[in-house]
Amino acid sequence: MFLEMKHLSKIYGGNKAVDDFNLNVEKGEFICFIGTSGSGKTTTMRMINRMLNPSEGSIKLEGEDVLKADPVKLRRRIGYVIQNIGLMPHMTIRDNITIVPKLLKWSEEKRNERAKEMIKMVELPEDYLDRYPSELSGGQQQRIGVVRALAADQDLILMDEPFGALDPITRESLQDFVKDLQERLGKTLVFVTHDMDEALKLATRIVVMSHGKMVQVATPDEILRHPANEFVENLIGKDRLIQAKPSITTVGQVMYNNAVSITPGRSLKEALKLMHEKRVDTLLVTDDSGVLKGYVDIEQIDYNYNTATSVDDVMTRKVFYVNENSIIRDTVERILKRGYKNVPVVDKDKKLVGIVTRASLVDIVYDALWGDSDTTTHPAKDKAKSSTTDQDKVVKAGDDKS
Amino acid sequence: MITFIQTYGGQLLYKIWQHIYISGIALGLGVIIAVPLGVLLTRLKKASVVIIEIASVLQTIPALALLAMMIPIFGIGAVPAIVALFIYSLLPILRNTFLGLNGVDPSLRDAAKGMGMTNLQSIIKVELPMAVPVIMSGIRLSATYVIAWTALASYIGAGGLGDFIFNGLNLYRTDLILGGSIPVILLALLVDWLLGKLETWLTPRTTSNVRP
Ligand SMILES: Nc1ncnc2c1ncn2[C@@H]1O[C@H](COP(=O)(O)OP(=O)(O)O)[C@@H](O)[C@H]1O
Ligand SMILES: [Mg+2]
Repeated sequence: MFLEMKHLSKIYGGNKAVDDFNLNVEKGEFICFIGTSGSGKTTTMRMINRMLNPSEGSIKLEGEDVLKADPVKLRRRIGYVIQNIGLMPHMTIRDNITIVPKLLKWSEEKRNERAKEMIKMVELPEDYLDRYPSELSGGQQQRIGVVRALAADQDLILMDEPFGALDPITRESLQDFVKDLQERLGKTLVFVTHDMDEALKLATRIVVMSHGKMVQVATPDEILRHPANEFVENLIGKDRLIQAKPSITTVGQVMYNNAVSITPGRSLKEALKLMHEKRVDTLLVTDDSGVLKGYVDIEQIDYNYNTATSVDDVMTRKVFYVNENSIIRDTVERILKRGYKNVPVVDKDKKLVGIVTRASLVDIVYDALWGDSDTTTHPAKDKAKSSTTDQDKVVKAGDDKS
Repeated sequence: MITFIQTYGGQLLYKIWQHIYISGIALGLGVIIAVPLGVLLTRLKKASVVIIEIASVLQTIPALALLAMMIPIFGIGAVPAIVALFIYSLLPILRNTFLGLNGVDPSLRDAAKGMGMTNLQSIIKVELPMAVPVIMSGIRLSATYVIAWTALASYIGAGGLGDFIFNGLNLYRTDLILGGSIPVILLALLVDWLLGKLETWLTPRTTSNVRP
């Protein structure tokens, strides 16, 4: 067992901030603590790296008794991202990232190398290493805050509501980033949040807490399907419980795999011709190996037709996409909320494999609300045709009811 | 003025030197003791109130009385003067060090600890650098006090520019009074300016030069 917490309690005066907390975490898990404010999430997390000492109970990390370990050494091997980021304003980004490696007395060369690796990982330019935190945006600072907790190869990373203050788009990209840390790099994460969406998206297991006690420990799916009590139900919210029904459908199962794409090197004339042929107003842009790079729409082409030559000149590089293996329930809301007409679907290598249209979402919502039987079989069909069928279905459903 | 310098020039330089020497040692000792003590106080939440209180009381003793009190212990001359002035220099430095460190954003201290800095590393690498402006303003205040009060030290035979001033007062000689007090003022201004330079130099950068 990677991390074992047994009968943990923390008592302040007469008040039990944490009351008999028990949890075993396997290596590579993504644990989310969720609960109302004051439910003991932070306190529990801070006992793991001895920022607080438990009043009772035991913690073992890779078999070693944490309470007997030297707290300073312990903290150097556990990554910790605090709520307020806490970048040192008087240190450059490079020095901030390499604080722990420096404490561990890595050579300057090795530290430099690591700083470069880390800044690349969060997709910021290398010359940012010489900037100071005040010269970065909030989202960029938070990225640095996260990689700072990885710079010394920590296997266990604790994060306390790290993305609370960020705008939704930055927040989402950072969520994808930390999820990737767990999935691809095999890090173990303990993550505090009060946002159920975030917990459902990220966690392999969710720990629901209330008044210092654990209320439920379960996978996101189990929590959605079998909330332990009313408290958990309220935390999840009615909307999500409804969406939860077709819970195993993946995006790949409902997408159309005839997305129309073009490479950046093509001319605008070619792009226009392709649009005309396929009767679409947007083309997805991929490189030669099919990796999604952005999109270009008719307006951009129209607007720049006289000044630009290639697709590369006018394309939008920031594109919202979903993974083919994402569970549809997690995705529906995001797509609807953002009001996209359609969303590209990629595989694990970010290669374009299909597209989800707003029309196809009608099916999903329909199934969720009326519990239609064939939730999983939506073969790729002609786009235009399918959207009429979808509309038919809705009309029919309305008829049934009346 | 020229005749004054011709007559008293050598003596004046010597008195200025004595003045710098006495106030410099007193202030130096003050910094050496008060900064670490101020840091220590931030770690002893309860005792800090008591100790700052004691230092404040010492501060309220009139300077002349404090100087006089030193005589039975240290006799007369430079030593009792230095001790008395040192005591005076403590409070502003102590208080500002304490306030400066306590004023550091708690999340920085938390982050430092959470990443595995020892207490000392957190103080040296994070808290002191962040508190430099506040600590330095305490030191500058102390320096001004000490330089001014060193003039009084002449009363207990410590020497310094006070000798001119008190002689002038006894003999009703304006030139001696001015000849003593103007250098004191200039000295105080000069030291404050130098400490200001030091402060700028010690305050860590928080922006790169590349950008305006
Ligand atoms: N240092 C402290 N002294 C007394 N009570 C505390 C202290 N820290 C936290 N608490 C209490 O413990 C409970 C849990 O706090 P916390 O773990 O911060 O909650 P959460 O992170 O879930 O919002 C709260 O009721 C809080 O008031
Ligand atoms: Mg908290």
